[in-house]
Amino acid sequence: MTSQTAQETTQDTDSFVTPDGRTIGGVIMEMKNITLRFGGVVAIQDISFDIREGEIRAIIGPNGAGKSSMLNVISGFYVPQDGEVWYHGARRPRMRPYQVAEQGIARTFQNIALFDGMSVLDNIMTGRLTMMKSNMLQQALWFGKAEREENAHREQVEKVIDFLEIQNIRKTPVGRLPYGLKKRVELARALAAEPKLLLLDEPMAGMNVEEKEDMSRFILDVNDEFGTTIALIEHDMGVVMDLSDRVVVMDYGKKIGDGTPDEVRGNQAVIDAYLGVAHD
Amino acid sequence: MLYREAGDFKTSYSDDSQTFPIRFDRVAYYIVIGVAFLVVPFVVNDYWLNAILLPFLIYAIAALGLNILTGYGGQVSLGTGGFMAVGAYACYKLMTAFPDVNIFFHVIIAGGITALVGLLFGLPSLRIKGFYLAVATLAAQFFLVWLFNRVPWFYNYSASGQISAPERSVFGINITGPETEAWAAYLFCLVFVFVSAWVVRNLTRGAAGRKWMAIRDMDIAAEIIGVNPLRAKLSAFAVSSFFVGIAGALFFAVYLGAVEVGEVFGIQKSFLVLFMIIIGGLGSIFGSFAGAAFMVLLPVLLKNVLVGGLGWATDLAAHLEFMVVGGLILFFLIVEPHGLAALWKVAKEKLRLWPFPH
Repeated sequence: MTSQTAQETTQDTDSFVTPDGRTIGGVIMEMKNITLRFGGVVAIQDISFDIREGEIRAIIGPNGAGKSSMLNVISGFYVPQDGEVWYHGARRPRMRPYQVAEQGIARTFQNIALFDGMSVLDNIMTGRLTMMKSNMLQQALWFGKAEREENAHREQVEKVIDFLEIQNIRKTPVGRLPYGLKKRVELARALAAEPKLLLLDEPMAGMNVEEKEDMSRFILDVNDEFGTTIALIEHDMGVVMDLSDRVVVMDYGKKIGDGTPDEVRGNQAVIDAYLGVAHD
Repeated sequence: MLYREAGDFKTSYSDDSQTFPIRFDRVAYYIVIGVAFLVVPFVVNDYWLNAILLPFLIYAIAALGLNILTGYGGQVSLGTGGFMAVGAYACYKLMTAFPDVNIFFHVIIAGGITALVGLLFGLPSLRIKGFYLAVATLAAQFFLVWLFNRVPWFYNYSASGQISAPERSVFGINITGPETEAWAAYLFCLVFVFVSAWVVRNLTRGAAGRKWMAIRDMDIAAEIIGVNPLRAKLSAFAVSSFFVGIAGALFFAVYLGAVEVGEVFGIQKSFLVLFMIIIGGLGSIFGSFAGAAFMVLLPVLLKNVLVGGLGWATDLAAHLEFMVVGGLILFFLIVEPHGLAALWKVAKEKLRLWPFPH
């Protein structure tokens, strides 16, 4: 694994060019020796990796490898027993998830976590709650600041709606939407927050080929047009290899590979984890 | 054929997000407001006032308040009666301690005090949810009633243990006390109802309402998009209690005039207001009004039909009322969990296409 060591010695702030010819920036998030235990179960064991600005970083691995736990550590749901999370060159103190959101990290969930009682528009508007500054009295009176603010944010939300091509379901209650559209609305809600780092937990799970193609296109466009850094978990290897710039491979809570898709594909440990090892 | 949105194009986000996007609704709303403010005060008499209008208006405020907490915020509360008592006793203490201040401000400050008490009893909501929270608010209900019964300072050491509203006026017109004219009490309450509904609408359509609904629908996802659950839940408790407190103050000062806390603000009141928002519609302003109207009108209607029309005994009719109300609550929970407001919405959706089926 020569490539892996080569990357780890790269200076944090340097940008570099991937084999596909894409230039990605310096490190914005670094996980250092993360260990997460639930009682006696070790979900994540001493894992370190980094996420660079503007890249699409995939986390893959068999079921139960600890991928979602890793995302939950990044978004503040789980507090690791050991290790440090560095974000924008500073060690992140222990934070509640809403504080992580305020730092510009948005995410989607493996099982859709939308607000079923609200319309699509309201759901996406919630993505901008951290940016709404009018106080409760101003909101109660509505005239003036609250209304101006609402309309300004609505305009941004409409851009996201246009971008994801969901104009026609704007006012539909989310509970009535089919699965594929729900996934898209959830992405829209995350995008409305204008995140610096977007975490996607299996964005294509349960989708058919066309929906996967749509979703892949959106992910690439988000990365391309807004320069958003994306970290995603996905099981569809074709998708992962096509989309991502660098891949982390986990198995049983340990990191078994890290590098460009081609490097990972050729990594014997990864092949063993996915295909099994012959025991003699 | 009047009820159409075709051709009614919106060219700004303000227009698009207005409360009544369809013109027919808008016109109907202005007519209702016009009648309520300009016609009813001239025709209202004591029977209509005390049997229907005042309870309806005041319960509507209480229902609006509870709807913020339970309907929008998803936090079940059985402490409404207790919080209404806080509003009533706060108003009483203010009225007797500061007789020169206008009662208008007394009522609002009473709401503010109730908001603080609500905040305090909302603290358990940070750790417990659902039924367990309901039980915690039940504790608030019993504690508050006990407090107002046992601590004589709250009822100014009166021999009867009751509180009774002294005569107070706005612009020289009596609002409380036996000399009050029907139209004055009506208008005083109507102003509070109007402003409350308007404020609740503004809060629930903006950032605050989205935070509450996000917490209600999925608290984990709400936290991940940046909603501070502590602040969202406590603000729901505070704002909800504010309106419930105003309702309690009006209920005591304007409607009843004299109150014995255990009788008036007992657990039955908590359930009554909860039934109102369940039948009316959780998370709906129209539902708060519909539920209040339903629960106020149904007993009056049943009594008039059964006792007045069929000549039944009063106690028989009263028992039947319990059965009818109980049956209707079951009916609504099974058939339409979102209450009268949802029925109304379905009717409107059908009406938009009428007379065409699709």
